[in-house]
Amino acid sequence: MAELFRRVAVVQLAPRLGDVEYNLQQLEAGVRRARQEGAHLVVFPELALTGYFLKDMVSTVAIRHDSAEMERLAAMSRGIEVVVGAVEESEDFRFFNSALYFRDGVLVHVHRKVYLPTYGLFDEARYLARGDRIRCFASALGRAAVLICEDLWHPSTAYVAALDGALAIICPSSSPLRGISEGRDHDDNAAYWELLNAVYAQTFGVFVVYANRVGFEDGVGFWGGSEVVSPTGQRLAKAKYYEEDFIVAELSLKEPRRQRVAAPLLRDENVDLTIRELCRIRRTGGVLGYKGEFADEEASEETPNGGKRERS
Amino acid sequence: MAGSANDLEQSQTLEHAAGASGGTKAADRWTCPSIPTNPPLLRRILTAFIANEVRKVGVERVVVGLSGGVDSALSCLLAAEALGPHNVLAIKMPYRTSSPESLAHANLVIARAGVESLEIDITPQIDAYFARFPDADRVRRGNKMARERMTILYDHSARWHALVLGTSNKTELLLGYGTLHGDMASAVNPLGDLYKTQVWALAEAVGVPAEIVHKQPSADLWAGQTDEAELGFGYREVDRLLYCMVDLRYSRAELLAAGFPEEFVRRVSEMVRNSQFKRRLPIIAKVSQRTIDRDFRYARDWGR
Repeated sequence: MAELFRRVAVVQLAPRLGDVEYNLQQLEAGVRRARQEGAHLVVFPELALTGYFLKDMVSTVAIRHDSAEMERLAAMSRGIEVVVGAVEESEDFRFFNSALYFRDGVLVHVHRKVYLPTYGLFDEARYLARGDRIRCFASALGRAAVLICEDLWHPSTAYVAALDGALAIICPSSSPLRGISEGRDHDDNAAYWELLNAVYAQTFGVFVVYANRVGFEDGVGFWGGSEVVSPTGQRLAKAKYYEEDFIVAELSLKEPRRQRVAAPLLRDENVDLTIRELCRIRRTGGVLGYKGEFADEEASEETPNGGKRERS
Repeated sequence: MAGSANDLEQSQTLEHAAGASGGTKAADRWTCPSIPTNPPLLRRILTAFIANEVRKVGVERVVVGLSGGVDSALSCLLAAEALGPHNVLAIKMPYRTSSPESLAHANLVIARAGVESLEIDITPQIDAYFARFPDADRVRRGNKMARERMTILYDHSARWHALVLGTSNKTELLLGYGTLHGDMASAVNPLGDLYKTQVWALAEAVGVPAEIVHKQPSADLWAGQTDEAELGFGYREVDRLLYCMVDLRYSRAELLAAGFPEEFVRRVSEMVRNSQFKRRLPIIAKVSQRTIDRDFRYARDWGR
C-alpha cells in the first residue's frame, strides 16, 4: 500500500475557567490555524471548553447535544476532524467529562471519561458522572480510541482500546504540574506522563496523541508538553512546557504495521487467558478484595491442577 | 493525629519488612531524602504563576512589603521578573526598634530589582495605639505591627490598582509561625509551597544579595530576635522533618526510624496541628442549604 500520511495538530491552550464563550473563540481560532497548517485532525485538551476545576460550575457550563454551543463546535469541523473536551449533559441530566469528536460538521463519537480521580488535588467524581465504555471508532488516523487524562493512568483502558483495534490513542488532558526533582526542565508529573505515552505507543503499536493544557487555576499550574508519539516510541512533535503552543505532526499510517511486524505483541496477546484470570480474580477477591456483581453467577471454580470442582 | 493503634500497626509493618530483608533493623533502612530545589524550574513556574494569576484578574501590578529578609526579597524579585519592575511597588515599613540592617537590606533589594518603592514609618500609629495599652507584651506588639503593615499594603494595593503579593513560605505556614491577617495575608503567594531550604536556594539563583540569603532569619519584631532561637530548632532541620512528614507522608514510626528525635517529631506535629486554623477561613455556622465553601464551592479563579 502507498505510504499514507496524516497531519495531526494539537492546540495547547489555557482555557478561562467557566467562560465558555471565550473558550469557544479560542477553539475556533485553533481550528482555523490547524486548517491553515493542513491538519486532518486537531486535538484540544480535556475540558478545553470550560476549564478544569469547575466544582459547582459544572451544571452551568455543561452543553447538551441540542445546545447552540454544540452546533458551533460541529460547524468548526467542516473539512477537518476535531476533538474537544467539554462537560456533556445527558438526557437524564447527568454531567460527563467528555471528549467530543466531530467530523465534517457531525458529532461522530463521544468518549465519557471512565476514571474520575478524587485523590490528592482531584475531586472529579464529586461533580461528574462516570463514563461506562471504551470504544474504538474510525478516525483520520484509522481506527482510534479517545481516552481522557486519568483514563490512561489505568493500563486496562489502553489495553482494551488496543484489543478493540486502535491504531491511535487520542488523549485530551488537563494534567497539573506537581513534584520537583533536580536537574530537569519539567516537573515529575510531566516526566511520568512522557514515560507512559512512550510505553503505550510501543507496547500496543499505536500512535499516542497527547493534548495537555497550560495556565493556572487557583495556583495549580498545568504543564503542557503535549506530544505525538509514534508506535516505535519516537516523538514526532513536542509542545513547550508551561506555555501555550501549537504543534503539528506528520505521521505515516504504516507506522503501526512496522512496529507490529517488529514486535507482534498484540498478535500474541492471549485474551482468553486474560479474561479467565480476571474472572477468577473478580470471583475470589484479588488485590482489591473485590467480589464483582456477577460473583454468584460463577458456579464453578478452577482447581490448581486445571480441573473444575463445584463450589460448596 | 498520632493514634496509638495506627502507630503500633505501622511499627509492626516495619518490623515485618525488616525481618523479611534478613534481620536488618528497620532504623537502619529509613532515610530522609534531601529536599529537591531545582531553581531554574521553580523560577520558571513561579514567574509564570505570578504573571498569570495577577493578570487574569485584570491587574498588572503588585505591592509587596519588604522586610529585608530573604522571603520578601525573593517574592519581590520574582514579581519584577514576571511583571516588569515598574509594576512592582515595594513598601518598607520599619518601626523605631527595627534593625537598621533590615532597612539597608530592603534597599539593596529595591536597587537590585529596580522596582518602585515607598517607606512608611509605622512608629506613630503603633505607639499611639499602645499608649492606651502600655502593658502589652512583645508578642502582642509584634502581631499588631504585622497587621498594621498588612493594612498599609492593602491600602496601597487599592491606590495603585495592584494585588498584595504574599511572602510566607511553606515552613512558616505549616508551623503557624506567622501572624494571621498580618504577614500571612495576601492575594497571591508564590512561596507558599516552598520550604525555607528551597527559598534559600531559589533566592541565591535569582540574585537576592548574598548578605540577605546568608543572614539569620528574623521577624525583627524585637531587637536581637532570630526565628531559629525562638522556634528552638533550625530551618534546615525542621524542613527535612516537614518534607518527610507532609510531602512524603512518613508515619511517626518511619520518622523515628529515619532518625528524627521523638520529642522533635512530637513538638513539630503539634505545631502543625495547632496552627491549622491559621490556614483556613473562619468557621461558618451552617444553617442554609448552601453554605460558603462547604456546599457552595467555586474556584477563586471563577470565570478567569
